[in-house]
Amino acid sequence: MFDCVVIGGGVVGSAIAYGLASHLDSVLMIDGRDSEPRAAQANFGLVWYQSKGVGMPAYQRLSRLAVEEWRSFSEEIEETGGIPIEFAGPGGLTFCLGDQELEARQTILSRLAGQMERTEIGMLSRHELERLYPGIRLGKDVTGGAFSALDGHVNPLRLLMALQQGFVNAGGTVHRGRRVDGIEVCGGQFRLHLKRSVVHAARVVIAAGEASRVLAEPLGMTLPFTLQRGQILVTERVGPVLPYPSDRIRQTAGGTIMIGGTKENVGRDTGTTANAAASLAARAIRVFPDLARVSAVRQWSGRRVITPDIAPIYERSSRFPGAYACICHSGVTLAAYHARGLAKRIAGYGSWDDVQKFSARRFDVQAA
Amino acid sequence: MFRLLEDDRGRMESTVTIEIDGYPVIARIGETVASALLREGASWSRTTPVSGARRAPYCMMGVCFECLMLVEGEGLVRACQTPVRDGLKVERQMGPRKVGPSC
Repeated sequence: MFDCVVIGGGVVGSAIAYGLASHLDSVLMIDGRDSEPRAAQANFGLVWYQSKGVGMPAYQRLSRLAVEEWRSFSEEIEETGGIPIEFAGPGGLTFCLGDQELEARQTILSRLAGQMERTEIGMLSRHELERLYPGIRLGKDVTGGAFSALDGHVNPLRLLMALQQGFVNAGGTVHRGRRVDGIEVCGGQFRLHLKRSVVHAARVVIAAGEASRVLAEPLGMTLPFTLQRGQILVTERVGPVLPYPSDRIRQTAGGTIMIGGTKENVGRDTGTTANAAASLAARAIRVFPDLARVSAVRQWSGRRVITPDIAPIYERSSRFPGAYACICHSGVTLAAYHARGLAKRIAGYGSWDDVQKFSARRFDVQAA
Repeated sequence: MFRLLEDDRGRMESTVTIEIDGYPVIARIGETVASALLREGASWSRTTPVSGARRAPYCMMGVCFECLMLVEGEGLVRACQTPVRDGLKVERQMGPRKVGPSC
């Protein structure tokens, strides 16, 4: 009998499990096979808040809280997980090409500013951008950009490894290559049916990405989402040339330049396309023409879990106390919150009131 | 370390001169930059951007990427897939590539 079982060993499940391990005695994380569609392993690696929460101040505040927590969280997780995660938070940019993109970005920023006292996000002129990137030229179409002082980036694979190692070091148990077929409730406890065994738990957290819906439904939790494919292009390693990450181009600590990300509605198809490679490369070169001489060496895709308003869904079953579900597409940014604030509340400390705003019930409210 | 099997039969008119890091290297028409490099005393092609260790042509068929070299006008390419031509300028790639206006 475990105090809590977390279903899902991606960046969301691992962060929650890691956080729970410091509050509860026995936590089990059940992870699937390597062949599962793992969004956590196709990730771009941004720790990002500058574009989040337009029209939803609670999500803006949550993202802000998460990026602020990331500073101390990255130190904590490197210490407890014993793995450097290559986090840097120098601030981050969204480049605008042409006047239309510049105006659209200004509109987003003023809407965000209307929802929060000090957003720490501002528009920069082309000239100011040039000063931020002394080692590389900006394309002629770059009209300006948005800069958030709090944004940053991290190596998402190292983060995942560190979270899992930190969880194990804190006394957590991991079962890998398992699949949960169903969850039964009896006598206030949860019985998880695996292929050849049954696991008992006082609490259960469903954080299994796109596999979450079928597990959560019988526990009275509805999780609306669609799948969205994102493709990423990666270049050969080059010397340090991009001191700040941007929403679609960032240079990793290892020197490769990652270029993302498409947003495609193609169902479960995880293929890559030449069209996407061409358009990703073309935009990157419009921003930084010098990248035209750099070779692309890899391309991959992943599937995002996209809720109707893009914000995460945190669900607590009212019918079966002790059952929770969490799905989102910003698992890296929100990892700091998942490991701290959310895990603490799932463990039973602190009020759930703030989290309640992220229940899927927000989608049931009809506009008056 | 390596030499042509038919060294003594090579005729002058079937050779070209390429430049590796500024030094002239005689190569045969039809061979690749990597095979010409392998006959040199210093037959390494680059140092890695990760550890700085030297790398040399290995698979000679385009799959291992150990022989990446900077070829004038073409960028960082696999030397084993690049045929020689007279006057071709090739440089060893030292660590990560430099990107910027001057490159």
